[in-house]
Amino acid sequence: MTTAQSILTILAVVLGTMTTRFLPFLIFPEGKEPPRYITYLGTVLPYAVIGLLVVYCLKDAFGGGHFALPELTAILFIVGLHKWKKNTLLSIGGGTIIYMFLVQTIFR
Amino acid sequence: MKTKAFKAALPYTIPICIGFLFLGMSYGFLMRSKGFSFVYPMFMSLFIFAGSMEFVTVELLLSAFHPLHAFFLALMVNARHLFYGISMLEKYKNTGWKKTYLIYGMCDESFTVNCTVTPPPDVDRGWFMLFVTLLNQMYWVAGATMGALLGYVIHFDTTGIEFVMTALFVVMFINQWEESKDHRPALTGLGCSLLCLLVFGSQSFILPAMALIILCFSIGRRYHKKKETP
Repeated sequence: MTTAQSILTILAVVLGTMTTRFLPFLIFPEGKEPPRYITYLGTVLPYAVIGLLVVYCLKDAFGGGHFALPELTAILFIVGLHKWKKNTLLSIGGGTIIYMFLVQTIFR
Repeated sequence: MKTKAFKAALPYTIPICIGFLFLGMSYGFLMRSKGFSFVYPMFMSLFIFAGSMEFVTVELLLSAFHPLHAFFLALMVNARHLFYGISMLEKYKNTGWKKTYLIYGMCDESFTVNCTVTPPPDVDRGWFMLFVTLLNQMYWVAGATMGALLGYVIHFDTTGIEFVMTALFVVMFINQWEESKDHRPALTGLGCSLLCLLVFGSQSFILPAMALIILCFSIGRRYHKKKETP
């Protein structure tokens, strides 16, 4: 990707993000009630999108040389650690370190 | 008036500061380890200012040029802001010029504080919300920039560091799973995405997956409505 293409990509992301933030205020100026369908999507989409993003992160793992073994091991570790300590930052940091260890030593 | 609002807002942002510095730094460090100058994470954290999407954008910048795909992905990943916006229509009322920035900087954390915290009666609400939003954004931009700068100084084998993004989403998934009784939305997201990954392959499954998710929710809602109305 050239620098210009990178900047365009970032601009597209900015535009997409800002659309989601400004749209409700533009279509529902003070006092107008949003339709039920939109509020419904607003309540369920956040849950579904995180599922989508987890799959997005793992999209190339299954086709790789190790059948996603390091990824799945690290994810199991995160689930266990998070159930135990319930500390978001610890789970993210710990999981990343375990994964880095796995791909740098066992699954080279 | 401003000092009072600042003093009222600051304590609520301290826990967010710790989280944002940590995550922001790992984001900046990740970008640097992928060969980007610190200018990228600095401006991306400033202008996109949506953590998950910034991590995803790293991936986008490393793959083929496809701005429309990037736009739709940003729409979908940040769709929750639509909901935040709808919830904040009332609260952001009558804040004057501050309103534009309040909407621009409405990340999950600023939304949570501004939505749930009622400032003391002698504190101006608009300024309180402005400082919450501004402080949070400053922590995030500072974290991302510092992380990238650190990447110039510290060198170690960073193979696998991109897993920080996966770890972030897995933890968010667990948190959401535990705070909600209805697991169908989460399972719909996971199921539709896996199905589309299998059918369309890793290069082009995102858009079909998004469409399928929205279709499932629309059908599911209609079915629910029929059941509810006798």
